Amino acid sequence: MARQASRLLRSLSSQFSHRKSPLSPLHSRSFSAAPAPQPAVFVDKNTRVICQGITGKNGTFHTEQAIEYGTKMVGGVTPKKGGTEHLGLPVFNSVAEAKSETKANASVIYVPPPFAAAAIMEAMEAELDLVVCITEGIPQHDMVRVKAALNQQSKTRLIGPNCPGIIKPGECKIGIMPGYIHKPGRIGIVSRSGTLTYEAVFQTTAVGLGQSTCVGIGGDPFNGTNFVDCVTKFLADPQTEGIVLIGEIGGTAEEDAAALIKESGTEKPIVAFIAGLTAPPGRRMGHAGAIVSGGKGTAQDKIKTLREAGVTVVESPAKIGVAMHDVFKQRGLLN
Amino acid sequence: MRGLMNKLVSRSLSVAGKWQQQQLRRLNIHEYQGADLMNKYGINVPKGVAVSSIDEVKEAVKSAFPNENELVVKSQILAGGRGLGTFQNGFRGGVHIVKADQVKDIAGKMLGQILVTKQTGPQGKVVSKVYLCEKLSLVNEMYFAITLDRKTAGPLIIACSKGGTSIEDLAEKYPDMIIKVPVDVFKGITDEDAARVVDGLAPKVADRNDSIEQVKKLYKLFCERDCTLLEINPLAETSSNQLVAADAKLNFDDNAAFRQKEIFALRDPSQEDPREVAAAKADLNYIGLDGEIGCMVNGAGLAMATMDIIKLHGGTPANFLDVGGNASEGQVVEAFKILTSDDKVKAILVNIFGGIMKCDVIASGIVNAAKQVALKVPVVVRLEGTNVDQGKRILKESGMTLITAEDLDDAAEKAVKAASK
Repeated sequence: MARQASRLLRSLSSQFSHRKSPLSPLHSRSFSAAPAPQPAVFVDKNTRVICQGITGKNGTFHTEQAIEYGTKMVGGVTPKKGGTEHLGLPVFNSVAEAKSETKANASVIYVPPPFAAAAIMEAMEAELDLVVCITEGIPQHDMVRVKAALNQQSKTRLIGPNCPGIIKPGECKIGIMPGYIHKPGRIGIVSRSGTLTYEAVFQTTAVGLGQSTCVGIGGDPFNGTNFVDCVTKFLADPQTEGIVLIGEIGGTAEEDAAALIKESGTEKPIVAFIAGLTAPPGRRMGHAGAIVSGGKGTAQDKIKTLREAGVTVVESPAKIGVAMHDVFKQRGLLN
Repeated sequence: MRGLMNKLVSRSLSVAGKWQQQQLRRLNIHEYQGADLMNKYGINVPKGVAVSSIDEVKEAVKSAFPNENELVVKSQILAGGRGLGTFQNGFRGGVHIVKADQVKDIAGKMLGQILVTKQTGPQGKVVSKVYLCEKLSLVNEMYFAITLDRKTAGPLIIACSKGGTSIEDLAEKYPDMIIKVPVDVFKGITDEDAARVVDGLAPKVADRNDSIEQVKKLYKLFCERDCTLLEINPLAETSSNQLVAADAKLNFDDNAAFRQKEIFALRDPSQEDPREVAAAKADLNYIGLDGEIGCMVNGAGLAMATMDIIKLHGGTPANFLDVGGNASEGQVVEAFKILTSDDKVKAILVNIFGGIMKCDVIASGIVNAAKQVALKVPVVVRLEGTNVDQGKRILKESGMTLITAEDLDDAAEKAVKAASK
């Protein structure tokens, strides 16, 4: 009860501090200015990011890369190293501390599997807007609890785990994707795979279309964000003029996306590639390879369902960019 | 049994998630190991003894089953379809109900032999142990399973009052007989949950309270041991009014290996493809296939896409191999060794798009591998991503004869061409 009350007080007080000052803009202090608008697809140039696990090997490398890219990295969290500095950023013992001191609203997690679920929970409890968990190998029983907790609140969005992250080219890179292949542009990309996403990025850059936002939702069964969540955002985002969807055999996430697309009646070109068309049935291919069993979750099923929803499905992963370019051309969207 | 679970699981699992239960990395253990584990949790299982030799058979029959007239003799392999399988020595059937004095003879025909079933593939699997079980007179056969459900974000118990081999038909005809009880992952299983499961099972003679306790124990095992699947078919009633797990299938989450050392020590490498065993030792994600183009890729999605594009260009992939994001140079060397040891491989395609994986690490690995292993087949390398320039430079300066490719199409085309020479 007390917790709810204090949360209510906090949200009320933050509303107060965001109210526009009666003074003219020249005299109003910055904290009483209207808050920046919500990003169209989870992140943008205003996103302030802390790194959980910043002092570790991966945390260090990718924070360096993020800073180089221009992401607003504002701090890091490594328990017991609070008060120190790393890569020119302040390190804190907890997410709550880091958030309070740096006004961060997002976190990226490079914490090893035994501790990653707890790291996600900590970020959720601190009520960050966005948590991106890169870690692969979190036990499913741990993630089930995280997912259950996520479902009970609406403040924090989780992307991942076991994902490459999210990037808004030119504005914000949260994750392990190589920044240089991206170009600010017109195509929203959502994918379960990491490296296969980079192929799609590479190709859409090569054909001159560029990317609006790219979201890697990751390879785990219990994850924070799925195709439907991203497609919903893309459909509403004016910068996203075309959508690339990269799926894989197994499960029904692509079918759900197809249903959403069909219902939306959107005219935005959508291109999809489903990996694993040639994977032999009954074998599991890594995290991403679902066993195609009992006829469910086959690539053929997904391709068919997506095509019925008006999606252009390519059979070759080398043709994603070219296909999008063709559809743009057909619809008179080029130049 | 497997088919039914897939159907039930696929119906019950959330559509909002990605992977179906069986499609994830999980450990399989032998029937006797599963029975032993369940027994530790106080779950009723048929009395059984696993034996690896004829002497052990004699000893087991004498000491564990002195009063039995009949026993069930079960080959222990990590594949289904044992009952209808055939041994390479001609003996038919991997599961037999025999008179006590025939046990030695029958077990002798199984031990150390290769059993081929519908699920083993033509090469079959070796039977290192045989499980001798009491023959139970079963009153009733039910179905029970626990899995992790995406929709309810928690464990889901599935129960059906009719189990056994006809349950697949039942699931089609009478889906309402399948009872699903989601368990709140924070609260754990309540008495009400367990009671609902028992009502769904509708045992005829077993004591209701005892049955409720058995369900709770099964749930405890499922959670404490990081199971991804616990399937009991049949969950039966004995003539002595007890619930018994007559046959069970347990899968464990590979991601939990770090905290389930006891369970993962049960892994039986004799049941796995030796290439896959070697790969697992090096912490590589490898699956052996039948084709001619060995693949080394980072990322499972890209690896599958690489297989797809090889096929599109008329070639055949020899394997799936995901070196992952954090692969060290040593692992790359190991990967190369595994690929080159495959006689069917006529060309190797390395397709790396580095994100967390660095191109210079891959390149150094390839160069070092080439020093340690005689490269008899052409190698096509396509590098892109993090540290790509360093990677390309390392390959160039190595003086190795490599075929470089620019993009996916180019890489697949060159690999197929190289393999066909």
